[in-house]
Amino acid sequence: MERTLAEAIARIAALDAEVAAIAWLSLRVSGLATLAGCAVGMPLGALVAITRFPGRQGVVTALNALMGLPSVLVGLLVYLLLSRSGPLGPLGLLFTPTAMVVAQSILVAPLVAALTRQAVEDADRELGEQLRSLRLSAWQRARALMLDTRWTLVVVAMAAFGRAIAEVGAVLVVGGNIAGATRTMTTAISLETQKGDLPLAVALGLVLVALVLSVNVLASLLRGHAMRAHG
Amino acid sequence: MAEPASPPIELRALVWRAGGRAVIDGLTATIDSPGITAIIGPNGAGKSVTLRLIDQLLVPDAGSVRFGARQADTVRRAFVFQQPGLLRASVAANVAIALAARRLPRTETQVRVRSALARVGLADRAGDPARKLSAGEAQRLAMARAWAIEPELLLLDEPTANLDPSATAAIEQLILDLARRPGMKVVLVSHNLGQVARLAQDVLVLHAGRAVEHGPAREVLAHPRSLAARAYLERELPWTSSPSAVAARHASG
Amino acid sequence: MDVVAISRRGAARFGLSVFAAVAALFALMAAVPPPAALAQDAARTITIASTTSTEQSGLFKHLLPAFKAATGIEARVVAVGTGQALDIGRRGDADVLLVHDREAELKFVAEGFGVERREVMSNDFVIAGPRADPARVRGSKDVVTALRAIAAAKSPFVSRGDRSGTHAAELRSWKEAGLDPAASRAAWYREVGQGMGPALNTAAAMGAYVLADRGTWLAFRNRAELVLAVEGDRRLFNQYGVMLVNPARHSHVKREAGMRFVEWITSAAGQQAIADYKVDGEPLFFPNHGKTSSLAQAPWPASAAGAADVHRALQGRCRDLPARRAVPSGCETT
Repeated sequence: MERTLAEAIARIAALDAEVAAIAWLSLRVSGLATLAGCAVGMPLGALVAITRFPGRQGVVTALNALMGLPSVLVGLLVYLLLSRSGPLGPLGLLFTPTAMVVAQSILVAPLVAALTRQAVEDADRELGEQLRSLRLSAWQRARALMLDTRWTLVVVAMAAFGRAIAEVGAVLVVGGNIAGATRTMTTAISLETQKGDLPLAVALGLVLVALVLSVNVLASLLRGHAMRAHG
Repeated sequence: MAEPASPPIELRALVWRAGGRAVIDGLTATIDSPGITAIIGPNGAGKSVTLRLIDQLLVPDAGSVRFGARQADTVRRAFVFQQPGLLRASVAANVAIALAARRLPRTETQVRVRSALARVGLADRAGDPARKLSAGEAQRLAMARAWAIEPELLLLDEPTANLDPSATAAIEQLILDLARRPGMKVVLVSHNLGQVARLAQDVLVLHAGRAVEHGPAREVLAHPRSLAARAYLERELPWTSSPSAVAARHASG
Repeated sequence: MDVVAISRRGAARFGLSVFAAVAALFALMAAVPPPAALAQDAARTITIASTTSTEQSGLFKHLLPAFKAATGIEARVVAVGTGQALDIGRRGDADVLLVHDREAELKFVAEGFGVERREVMSNDFVIAGPRADPARVRGSKDVVTALRAIAAAKSPFVSRGDRSGTHAAELRSWKEAGLDPAASRAAWYREVGQGMGPALNTAAAMGAYVLADRGTWLAFRNRAELVLAVEGDRRLFNQYGVMLVNPARHSHVKREAGMRFVEWITSAAGQQAIADYKVDGEPLFFPNHGKTSSLAQAPWPASAAGAADVHRALQGRCRDLPARRAVPSGCETT
C-alpha cells in the first residue's frame, strides 16, 4: 500500500504527460457541462421558484428526484440518442468528448435547477412582495433574485462541477474510454484498477481529490466573502 | 408639467379571506382627498390588507377596487413597506430596480436615481452595499425608490414603525415633501396617531374588515362618531384627557 | 433593463469576476492541445470496437502507433466485451470489429452485419486458481476434467458472465464437461458480469478459480495468491477475428480506412507487430492469418448436424468430419 502511494506521488511529481492529458480532458468536459447545466438550470429553477402554475408542486418534486438520477442511466439514455441507429445518429457524436459533455450536462442540469429553485424561493420569501410591488415581470424578478442570491448560485455551480467531474457511469458509456480521446480521470481510474495497475489509478485519484477539494475550499471562501460584504 | 390629479380610489364591497376568516368583510369607501389619507384601526382590522388590495398585490375574493375612469394599470403607484426589501447590491442599484419595469434608457435611469438619492440625503452612499444601511437609512432608500418612480399614488404601510424618533421625523418630512407634488394622493397606514395627526388631511377608520368612519382628520380624531372608532381612539390616546386635546395639537402642528 | 446600471462596485465587480473566471477557463482549455484523435481529419480516423482482453493486455497501445505510421490513419478503440462489441457493430457505431468468439462472429456475418472477416491471431485460455489449489487441478492439461474437479470440490469459480468471448469459451467448456453451474445457480459459481480485469481481481481476492485469456493474465499485476492452474488443452484455443462493419448496412462506415486496418493487421507487417508484442519476454498473441482453418466465406449452417460439424471444425478436428460433406466446412486453408 505504501509502495503504491509512493509510486503514485512520484508519477504526479514527474508531471506525467498522460496524467496531465487525462486531467485536462476531465476539466474540459466537466467544466463545459457545468456551464451548460447552469445556463439551462438556473433560469429554470428561478422561474419555477417565483411563479405559480398548475402542477408546480409536481415539477418541484420531479426536479428534486432527478437530482439523484444515476449517472449510468443518463449515459444509457444519451448513448441510445447518439448511436448511429438512434435519432441523433447522423451527428456522429458517440464516443466523442462532445457526447460526454452532453451526458454530464443532462446529469447536472436538474441538480442546478433544484438547488437554484430552493435558493431563489428563500430569497423570494424575503423580497418577493417588494419586487412584485415594483411591477416587475416574472423574468425581471427572476433576474433580480438570481442577482441577490448570486453567491449561493456560485456554490450551486461548484456543486454541479463536483458531481460532474466525479462521475464515471455516463462518460464511460457515451465516451467509450478511448485512450487519448475520451479517457477521463474517473474512467481511467476504473480501467487501471481493473488492470491491476494501482499506482496510476491512485495517482489519478489523488489529482481528482485535490481538484474537488480545492473547488470546495474556494466555495467556502466565496461564501465567507459574500457574508462579510453583504450580510 | 402640470400633473392631472390622480383618480379617486373606489373600494366597493371588498371581501378578502384568509385562513377561513374574512379579514376584509364588505369594505366600501372612496378615497379622494388631495392630500394624505390615513387608514387607522385596531390590529386585525385589515389595514395592511386594504393597502395591498389597493395596490393589487392581493386579489379580492369579492368586490372591486377602481380608479375612477382609469384602468388600474395606468395609475403609477409606489408602495413603501415597513421594511424595504433590499437586494444584495449597491444602494444605487436598489433604487434603479424601482425603474426596471419602465425600461427607460440607461442614462435617464441614472439621472433619476441620482436625483432621488440626493433628495433623501443618501447621495454619498450610492455605491455602498444596501444591506449595510441602518433602519432609518433603509427607509430613506425606500423613499428614494418612491421619488424615482414619480408616482401618482403613494401607499405607505407603517413606514416608521421600526424607527427611532429622529429617523421617524426624517421620514415624515420626506412623506410631506412627496405629498406636495401636484396631483399626488397618499394613503398611509399607521398605528402612530401622533403621526396621523401631524400628516393626514383625511382619516379612514377600519374595524373588523369594514370602514366605520371616514372624514377630515381633525373631525375624526377629535369627535369620532362611530362607537368602534371612539373605542379605538380612546384606547390609543391615553395621554390626552379628551379627543379635543388631539384637535388642539393638530391645529398647531 | 439593467438592474445594476449605476453600480460601479458590487454587482459589476461580481459580473467581471465571473466573466474573468469563465474566460480563464476557456483560455486554459484552448491552450491545452486537444487530444490527437480529435485534431485529425475525420476521414483519417476509424473507430474499432474490440474486447477488453486486447485493450487491457496493452496490445493496441503497441499496435496502433505502427498502424498510424504505416497508413496515417488514427484508430480509436472502444474496448468492451465481445457481445457488446458486436452490438456496437450492429448499431453501426464502429467501423471495424476485432473480437474473439468465432461462432458469434460468423453469425454476425451471416446476418449481414459484417463483411471481410479474417482470422488475425490467437492465444489460449488458461485457468488460474489459488496457490492452495483446493480442487487439485494445478498442472492439469485437461480443461474438462479440471472443471469437473472444481465442481465436485465446490471450489469458488469466478465467471465473467458478460457475453464476452472469454465467457462464451468458458460456457462451452462447462457444456463439454456436462455441467451447467449457471443454470443450477451453484453457490460456488460467482458471475461478476464484468471484464477480465475485475474478474481476475475478484478471483484473487476470493481465492477462486477463473478462466482467463493468457494475454490479460500475463499483463495482470494484482495476482495476490493466484497462479496458473490449467493450460495447454487444445480446447482452450482462442481465435481472434477482424471484420469490417457492413457499409451496405450503415452507409457512414469508413469503408476505405476500415479496410486499410483489416488489410494491415493481416499483412506481414501487422502480423509481425503482433508477434513482437511481449510482456516479460513472453508473447501474448500468436499471429495466424492464413494458417488456420477458416470459415470466412462459409454461410452459417442451418441444420443441427451442420452446426455440430462446424463445432468440430472449430476445435480443429477436421479429420473427424464425415466424407459426405459437400458444403465447405471450413477445414480448408485459405
